[in-house]
Amino acid sequence: MDKANKKDYSKYAVVMEKIVKRFPGVLANDHVDLFVERGEIHAIVGENGAGKTTLMNQLYGLINSDSGKIYINGAEIKIRNPNDAINAKIGMVHQHFMLVDRLSVVENIVLGMEPVYGPFFARDKARKQINELSKRFGLFVEPDAIIEDLPVGIQQRVEIIKVLYRGAEILILDEPTAVLTPQETEELFEILRALKSQGKTIIFITHKLHEVMAITNSVTVMRLGKVTGVVKTVDTNPRELARMMVGRDVLLRVEKGEAKVGKEILRVEDLHVNENRGLEAVRGLTLSVKRGEIVGIAGVAGNGQTELVEAITGLRKVEEGHVIFKGVDITNFSPKKRRDMGMGHIPEDRLKHGLVTAFPLYYNFILGKHDDPQFCDGEFLKMPDIKRFSDELVKRFDVRPPLINLLGANLSGGNQQKVIVAREISFGPDFMVVSQPTRGLDIGAIEFIHKTIISMRDKGVGVLLISMELEEIFSLSDRILVMYEGQIMGEVTPQETTTEEVGLMMAGHRLEDLRTQEA
Amino acid sequence: MANGLKKFYMNDKIVVPVFAVITSLFIAAIVMIMIGKNPIVAYGALLFGAFGTKGALINNLMKATPLILTGLSVGLGFRAGLFNIGANGQLIIGALLSTYIGTKMIAYPFYLSIPIMLITGMVGGALWAAIAGWLKVARGAHEVITTIMLNYVAVFIANYVVNGPFQAPGGVPKSPEIAYSARFPNLITSGATWLSAGIFVALTAVVVVYILIEKTKMGYEVKAVGFNPYAAEYGGISIGRNTVMAMAISGALAGLAGTMQVMGLYYRYLGALGGSMGFDGITIALIGQNDPIGIAFAAFLISSIRAGSNQMQIAGVSKNIVIIIQGIIIFLVATNRLVKTFMFWKRKEVEEA
Repeated sequence: MDKANKKDYSKYAVVMEKIVKRFPGVLANDHVDLFVERGEIHAIVGENGAGKTTLMNQLYGLINSDSGKIYINGAEIKIRNPNDAINAKIGMVHQHFMLVDRLSVVENIVLGMEPVYGPFFARDKARKQINELSKRFGLFVEPDAIIEDLPVGIQQRVEIIKVLYRGAEILILDEPTAVLTPQETEELFEILRALKSQGKTIIFITHKLHEVMAITNSVTVMRLGKVTGVVKTVDTNPRELARMMVGRDVLLRVEKGEAKVGKEILRVEDLHVNENRGLEAVRGLTLSVKRGEIVGIAGVAGNGQTELVEAITGLRKVEEGHVIFKGVDITNFSPKKRRDMGMGHIPEDRLKHGLVTAFPLYYNFILGKHDDPQFCDGEFLKMPDIKRFSDELVKRFDVRPPLINLLGANLSGGNQQKVIVAREISFGPDFMVVSQPTRGLDIGAIEFIHKTIISMRDKGVGVLLISMELEEIFSLSDRILVMYEGQIMGEVTPQETTTEEVGLMMAGHRLEDLRTQEA
Repeated sequence: MANGLKKFYMNDKIVVPVFAVITSLFIAAIVMIMIGKNPIVAYGALLFGAFGTKGALINNLMKATPLILTGLSVGLGFRAGLFNIGANGQLIIGALLSTYIGTKMIAYPFYLSIPIMLITGMVGGALWAAIAGWLKVARGAHEVITTIMLNYVAVFIANYVVNGPFQAPGGVPKSPEIAYSARFPNLITSGATWLSAGIFVALTAVVVVYILIEKTKMGYEVKAVGFNPYAAEYGGISIGRNTVMAMAISGALAGLAGTMQVMGLYYRYLGALGGSMGFDGITIALIGQNDPIGIAFAAFLISSIRAGSNQMQIAGVSKNIVIIIQGIIIFLVATNRLVKTFMFWKRKEVEEA
């Protein structure tokens, strides 16, 4: 039987058999089987918390399985730590990069296995090896650039070269596209295709189904720690994959009715805002949002969206221009005053701005309204009321696990976002800035959050939506503004425009120029 | 499940320090055996010196009084994300100011002079600490640097004052005595030692700080700023105001510690009044896991091994052993991850068995 097994597995680069991994209170991997053929791109998809990363961390030796077997190229091996994995020619690119920001590309890549002349670092030798690698796989990087000066997409390339430098034949990529722009994603895919054509095996963790369809050969779907499906990519479609992931049919597009647009609630006039280094990031921007509509701002990350949001919500100083909310000039109001006037904010960075992760959920639920008479009696917090309020929100927004004593840090990304959304909605705002609401979330959570935003709009709340996901902008917005280098390139509606047109505006073309060219 | 989690949290806060204390006693015992001393005799003497007689217990509690307050001072700072190394300077300024006021209290009845003394000491420490808080907010100067510098300034001011304008006759660096009405009454007297009412002030401070941190709006804001200033700002909480406020309260507690020494022990400002109590506060806050009640116990633990160490010396074991004990406790508490990992392995072994 054993012999037969080995023969069976010889065509597979990786076989993981009946893997079990238990964390306190959770069965993260429940007898998971994974078969990855040599030279293919294999996707592992599933919602947040399905156990994908846990499974890969075991393959890379970051954590050890409670039981189960791993075969590499048909031979059973024990992987106790990343060194064992590297020896087995396995490499992993983590979701959060493991690079030293202040060192150069070369130094980062060879870190830990530097070529030397006696006691000295052989920088030229390292540079040569790296240039050869980049040429072979089409991974172009400037070897002497300092990591912190490089955009995220290039940093990721450095991570990939680092893995290849260590001789990896099997590459694990953990949600590599979560931090990339659409263009960078396309470039990454080119690289992956090149790697595949050179015989490398790639395991690709994601929850974006169009990426699965675009690049992979086969798919393993996981849900709640179990494998719920193994299919060839050509034999499946996004709808089927979504169903296997979530366990039910999912609306890939949100349904929404006509907007009942009311009076103007927010106006931004000729706004100028600087970024951290003092350079101008928002350059004379004007926009307005009415009650009952969703205005989407599309654009590639880093074109001033963050600064615009912070200026509107009071977290960043305005250099010039005005922010007018409900007819009042609030340009110099504190965040607190703006909140009290009825402005809500779902921030783009949940962990930095949205939550105090060291606080229990019930404290997080009152952040920003903690001095409201509802929760605070003069100087003293009304703990029973706060807990009752939190229990209600946890139930209404289906936060899992529904325990208000848990720390913010103990929730998954999707549930953290639910906590923030629940909090901001529960304060009954008239206007809401919603920034990157579904970044890094799984399909179920995205669907929920999209529905929630639409229902707010239908209740007459004005929504300013900032997103890097074009699909999200198109499916939610009533009007779309495209932002490029701190300015608005044009205003369109999702009905009358195309992704191509918006894409061109995102690249810096003005709408009037595009339209005149057409005409 | 909720209950289980609560238990885990409780465990963590209590198990780590208790584990640290027991381990450190055990290691120190090995050290004593290696130098040819009998640890049982030594620990017997230590216990006797700390709790054995009425006088020993009084001495112990008198030592604990200011340590509880400096521990609270540092612990509260930690909760606000501030590392207040300046408790010593704040303690000195508080003690100095309250001594000065105390010498002017001759005509006042005790029910006025005692509260005035307490408030003066707190205000002195609060203002001194608020300087560091303000520097952080306005100029971005890190409080570790500024509070250390302010410690020196406070020491030199005190040295100057008690060697010059505010010196008692006799040429010794000490101030004149405070008025009788400004002194704490003695609760118990035993020979040359006495227990002052200061212990009640310290215990009251434990309760007040507990309520402040856990039950008030201010505690919520201070903790939010300490854990995540960005999220606090997003939530409309002023980082600047809360930083200065947290520093001031932390300093007030340190100032109160100095005032305890003036009102209950020395009745004047002495050159060496500050000692190292401010730094002991860091140890105590660490052992007490920044929890007011934990800090009270930790202060009592430290005062006990200090008080008992003399008796140990008499029994023939160097009193420096207690420094080893203290050092190991701090090491283990500070590296509580190590302890946690150890416990995790234990649990795993049990599960696998």
